[in-house]
Amino acid sequence: MSETIVFLIAGPIALGSALFIIMSKNAVHSALWLILNLMALAVLFVDLDAQFLGVVQFIIYAGAIMVLFLFVIMLLGVTREELLGEAIPIQRVVSGILGVALAGTLVWILLNAYDESAFGSLAGANSAGNVQGLGRLLFSKYIFPFEVTSILLIVAAIGAMILARGRTEEESASEVERHSGEDVRL
Amino acid sequence: MIDGIDVLIMVIKVLVVFGFLLVSVLLTIWAERRIVALMQQRIGPNRVGPFGVLQGLADGIKLFFKEDVTPTNVDRSVYFLAPVAALLPAFLAFAVVPVGRGFHIGHRVITLHLVDLNVGILFFLAMGSLMVYGIVLAGWSSGSTYPLLGAVRSTAQMISYEIGMGLSVVSVVLWSGTLSTSGIVDAQSGTWFGFVPRWFIIPQLPALVMFLLGGLAETNRAPFDLPEAETELVGGYHTEYTGIKFAMFFLAEYLHVITTSALVVTLFLGGWRGPNILPFLGPLLFVGYFLAKLGLVIFLFMWARATIPRIRYDRLMHLGWKVLIPASLVWTMITAAMVVLPQEVNRTTLIVVVGIVFEVALIVWLARLTTTALRRGRLRRGDSHVV
Repeated sequence: MSETIVFLIAGPIALGSALFIIMSKNAVHSALWLILNLMALAVLFVDLDAQFLGVVQFIIYAGAIMVLFLFVIMLLGVTREELLGEAIPIQRVVSGILGVALAGTLVWILLNAYDESAFGSLAGANSAGNVQGLGRLLFSKYIFPFEVTSILLIVAAIGAMILARGRTEEESASEVERHSGEDVRL
Repeated sequence: MIDGIDVLIMVIKVLVVFGFLLVSVLLTIWAERRIVALMQQRIGPNRVGPFGVLQGLADGIKLFFKEDVTPTNVDRSVYFLAPVAALLPAFLAFAVVPVGRGFHIGHRVITLHLVDLNVGILFFLAMGSLMVYGIVLAGWSSGSTYPLLGAVRSTAQMISYEIGMGLSVVSVVLWSGTLSTSGIVDAQSGTWFGFVPRWFIIPQLPALVMFLLGGLAETNRAPFDLPEAETELVGGYHTEYTGIKFAMFFLAEYLHVITTSALVVTLFLGGWRGPNILPFLGPLLFVGYFLAKLGLVIFLFMWARATIPRIRYDRLMHLGWKVLIPASLVWTMITAAMVVLPQEVNRTTLIVVVGIVFEVALIVWLARLTTTALRRGRLRRGDSHVV
């Protein structure tokens, strides 16, 4: 009963905020709607007896990732209409087709491939405690996808560091030497 | 299962906690001004009420009736949202703190705990991570340079120190084997040798030190109060705020200090636990223990503010990323190793010894860092004779 009430409140908030993300003209406002969206999803997780997932959703997405988003938006000073121009002429058409295709796939999966009997009971999964059950699954049955994801994240982090890193002191020093040599010749 | 009386009890608890937090903020502000004044050989506010204790109330009334100026260059909706975004998580975080032993009225058990989540500690960390939004949004929406600088600083600072703080909580969670705050308090019951309380401050001393460091930075308190460094940024993120909105930021800051201190008490100082020396007081005695410990930790925050000068921004980042995060990672690993040791080993004695060694190493490391920084600074200024 209370589960349904919470769903009826949090569900529309999630949907509405998702719409506002793409409809607001200001990048910071979009980010704020996305935060609301993630919070509504966290509430839905808790509503489905997955407290750990719900709170982690808060900490990781709403608390850390979105703060970084805002940080970047603020630093770059991206304001109103700059991002709204169409960079590619047929962008709108292509994105429309892709969007419909994605939605169609999701609906098809939901209607055809969703098999409730494949899942065990919720009480069974939570019998040793929500956190313990999740941890056991994550580090036994799903250890391979888990480790692959962590490698992916490390690679991404290292890549970002290499791209963002300025020249090292040695490189700059050799540059300076070369320039000073040119000066002497001139 | 849930009837009207349960709902009524819940509403009463919420109102009591709300009132308690508001009153304790007023008292904390007064106490801080008096204590810092004492440490600086001044008198401090002593005019309003006995010993000036009503000064906070007077200031609050003044702020409430002040003109509420909205600058022209602001993003209006976000500008109004920011103070609320700062205040809400600070209130909500207190919901998971157990403040006393439960008791019976008739057949009903009244727990002195708003909600006993099985992921209570994580809920607190989640609320702590939402705190930053108030500051970020205030800084950005003000449409002014200094608030923006304060907000950018604050974002980087809070994200950095959240990691170290979270990791120091992880070691406590490993040691107690539970994520629930009441479970952690229960794990600290009993004594060693009959008189030393089994509080986690003893086996988890390094975690406490790192948690306090992170807590100081997360609450933007001196020496980590760079988001509002008056000497550099006018007032930091709240420069453009006046009247009641400014008061809300002020309230949020002190609320955050109080909830962080409450968590320190819960995680490391045994929560509301203490010897039952006055049985006729019943549950009140334990609430008293909790409040006394809370006051002690809040005093630590004030002491740090009065003693330590604000550190430079690059030093702050250095401390966060190159000291706090590696140290807390190593400590988490040590704790994890201790937890899986075979039963025959006395793991408590072992971790206390290792903890002391770790603590000394950390302090030596910090001292070396500071001295090399000082020496470099002198060299750069050309005072070569000092070295």
